[in-house]
Amino acid sequence: MHREDQLTGPALGGGGHRHSRALRVGIGGPVGGGKTALVAALCRSLAGELSVAVVTNDIYTTEDADFLRRNGVLADERIRAVRTGCCPHTAIRDDITANLDEVEELERLHDPDLVLVESGGDNLTATFSYGLIDRQIFVVDVAGGDKVPRKGGPGVTRSDLLVINKIDLAELVGADLDVMRRDSAAQRGDRPTVLISLRAEGGVDPVAEWVRESVRAHVPG
Amino acid sequence: MTTPAVLLLADSRLPSGSHAHSGGVEMAVTAGLLSTVDDLLGFLRGRLRTTGPVSAGFAAAACLLAAGPVSWADWDDALSARIPAPELRTASRAQGAALLRTVSRIWSTPALTGLRELGRPHQLLVLGAAIAAGGGTGADAAALALHHLVGGACSAAVRLLGLDPLDVAAAQGAVAGLAAEVAAEACPTAELAVSTVDSSVLPATGAPLPELLAVAHAQLEVSLFAS
Repeated sequence: MHREDQLTGPALGGGGHRHSRALRVGIGGPVGGGKTALVAALCRSLAGELSVAVVTNDIYTTEDADFLRRNGVLADERIRAVRTGCCPHTAIRDDITANLDEVEELERLHDPDLVLVESGGDNLTATFSYGLIDRQIFVVDVAGGDKVPRKGGPGVTRSDLLVINKIDLAELVGADLDVMRRDSAAQRGDRPTVLISLRAEGGVDPVAEWVRESVRAHVPG
Repeated sequence: MTTPAVLLLADSRLPSGSHAHSGGVEMAVTAGLLSTVDDLLGFLRGRLRTTGPVSAGFAAAACLLAAGPVSWADWDDALSARIPAPELRTASRAQGAALLRTVSRIWSTPALTGLRELGRPHQLLVLGAAIAAGGGTGADAAALALHHLVGGACSAAVRLLGLDPLDVAAAQGAVAGLAAEVAAEACPTAELAVSTVDSSVLPATGAPLPELLAVAHAQLEVSLFAS
């Protein structure tokens, strides 16, 4: 019997073993903070030196993937979209199975150095399970208010890198960057925070450098 | 007595990929066929009467099959033959792979190993084999297959339509008797199928509309659920 709907897909990692050398980096944060723009900028910045693949969980299925394709950042076959049934946080934290499926499939097909998993926009409490990713970046923006770092929540306090985006808008929205910097440091201890504007030339550089360093330090296992 | 292990498999908090599947509700909503709790009740009754026997029968059979050596591919094919829309077969396999990933961390049995060797088996086979691994019965498997058929649809309806979740819980309770009937009918058939190693005696009921809606769903430009 013909079964074209079957037998494509990775061997299931039921024992928890990874068969890939790729570093998996989760990118989360509230709606509109610049997650997709960050993914696109990282791909542009790193694609020349690293093999990259992307899984996107955007609420509207393929919109983010289309954004990346339109911008000619990544080849189609290196981008996968996961639908999350109205629960973006579930797909990156409580039930990571669909995302694991796509990440492993990309790893099987392309053996990338880096897989970026972009969460759908959620709230300050939505963070990735480390069963899905190795490192996570939480993206907030200045326009969301300079009180966000003080509010805390696991994204702000526990992410491996906190990105505060759209610093070019600080003056326009009356946000105090020093307050954001100070509150972030107080919430995060030794964990790094960068303040950037993805619209500026070289705006992504501090994040790209952090990712580069993470890939170098990554021990596959 | 229902074991805690079986209850674990009934729990929607178990990572199983199911939260991203609406059981056909999203397209029914999009098509304007489902907008109230009454509509949902009708939808659930229809699903239980049409695909319900297939779900219950195959889950129960898989649970019984897991007790001995089994050629899963034959049963997997038999279930494929009862799911006309390729989109629904893909959805079934995606959930099968997800559940298999999770239950393989919990249990290691020859039946589950056999399913892993198959690749991406249908969800109902994995559910049945997992229930067997957890010490459950064919009747448990039939009941849980229908529990998830109903529960997935209800959960999606709440998220998509903003229905009162208490009313939806009441709807779920209202069809519990029907689900119990369908499950009870499935069990002897599953026993016969397994004892005679003949999948053709398992139910092959269905309804064309959900299959057509599933095809339409996959072509939507915007969808929140995978099926």
